[in-house]
Amino acid sequence: MIGSVTVVGASLAGLSTARALRAQGYQGRLTVVGAEHHSPYDRPPLSKEYLAGTLDRAELDLLTPEDDALAADWLLGRTASGLDTEERAVVLDDGERLVSDAVVIATGARARQLPGPALAGVHTVRTVDDATALRAELVPGARLVLIGGGFIGAEIASTASDLGVDVVVVEAMGVPLAGPLGTEIGQACAALHAEHGVRLITGVPVQRVLGADRSAGRVRAVQLADGRELPADVVVVGIGAAPCVEWLAGSGLAVDTVSGGVRTDAYCATEVPGVVAVGDCASAYRRCAGGPTRLEHWTNALKHPAAAAATLLGAPAATSADHEVPYFWSDQYGARLQFAGHRLPGDQVEVIEGDVDAGNFLAVYRRGGEPVAVFAMNRPKPFVRWRRELASRATAAA
Amino acid sequence: MIHVGALADIPVGEAIRVEADVPIAVFRVDDGADGAVYAIDDTCTHQRASLSDGWLDGCMVECPLHATCFDLRTGLPDGPPAKVPVRTHQVVVMDGMIYLKLAEHSGEPEVEVA
Repeated sequence: MIGSVTVVGASLAGLSTARALRAQGYQGRLTVVGAEHHSPYDRPPLSKEYLAGTLDRAELDLLTPEDDALAADWLLGRTASGLDTEERAVVLDDGERLVSDAVVIATGARARQLPGPALAGVHTVRTVDDATALRAELVPGARLVLIGGGFIGAEIASTASDLGVDVVVVEAMGVPLAGPLGTEIGQACAALHAEHGVRLITGVPVQRVLGADRSAGRVRAVQLADGRELPADVVVVGIGAAPCVEWLAGSGLAVDTVSGGVRTDAYCATEVPGVVAVGDCASAYRRCAGGPTRLEHWTNALKHPAAAAATLLGAPAATSADHEVPYFWSDQYGARLQFAGHRLPGDQVEVIEGDVDAGNFLAVYRRGGEPVAVFAMNRPKPFVRWRRELASRATAAA
Repeated sequence: MIHVGALADIPVGEAIRVEADVPIAVFRVDDGADGAVYAIDDTCTHQRASLSDGWLDGCMVECPLHATCFDLRTGLPDGPPAKVPVRTHQVVVMDGMIYLKLAEHSGEPEVEVA
């Protein structure tokens, strides 16, 4: 029986693991290390309600009065710089070593940055501090260029446009969101930009961001690969996230070469006994994908930790990751987008309900005739039924 | 009291949304008999989502956005992400018609003023 656990990462995955450990009867010492100075908070509103100013800072807090019962030592504003797997010691940036019986790796991911010098007015949005800084610059009439037309880019474009900001979205690929959703559905989502007066430029990569003083000072424009210059007062870089795993270098833990995440089995176990990984930084085996998959989904960070806690406590396997159908949602321009399942290139997509042009439809992805994923725009009720249907198929196949 | 409509218009196991001062979700739960009727605030206390679109399982409804389950009898959430109960409303079924008496207070704990 383990008597001490160190959780590295104080966001949704770390907090959910702490809660799951206590819920499953763990009574030992619990230490949670967080790189940010904030106690756990919810990130999805950072590009939406919080950025819009309709949700205040206190409403982002994830901790409830019941969480006092976690009796955890919160080490906030402290960064892990190494893991000594032999001693199971987490080494902090000031050299302190936290030795415990078990370690939970929940360090999440960080926003990818553009190469080149940092210019004032160029933002990424991952943390509440990022969102607060961006919000201060989204004043009516400001010219915002979003680099990247993915979910974060589209959500920020939508929020900024509501705030009276003049928005342009630049997407290097021919169709935004074609990666996760496929061309047809990506196209349907992209149409929302134009319908709300936001200009979308596709198929052209960004060359560089130009500063007032050529390469320094405040941003003044974004230069595209075809030479065009888009004037900008504010730039948001939304080109994805990378797992925070550098601190594990030399620990001997396997990192997935494709996704960059810490390799685990379906129950969050790494190759080192007593060390588990959860959330955005983990690349867990999933049957639906037939291999390791790193998910940056909020639901994965909420649900997967129950399996990690069971693994550490030697309890019978809790619901494993592959029983959970991956799920995410996005709110853009008043439309609710929901996706569940695992899509691969080549899957056949068919709109089976509603009308794409009316912005209200449900589409099913099939592989070899079998449904493998579902997407809905403004159709939550049938979507919920399909999500359950996919989950029960996954369970039946297990 | 708010007149919702005929009981027969809500199939057992289904829900409708009623536009009152705030939207209200009215559920007809499969109780092995005639179908018990419950009413709660339609909007999830966590984030914008309509609970009448949710998955009904017995007396629990699962939010269609983040899957917190609310008990239709008490309004209590079963776990995160929702932290606050939804308001429950009194239902009266009379002569095959459904009526609501809306609760006065929000589901949030009242703040005590010193």
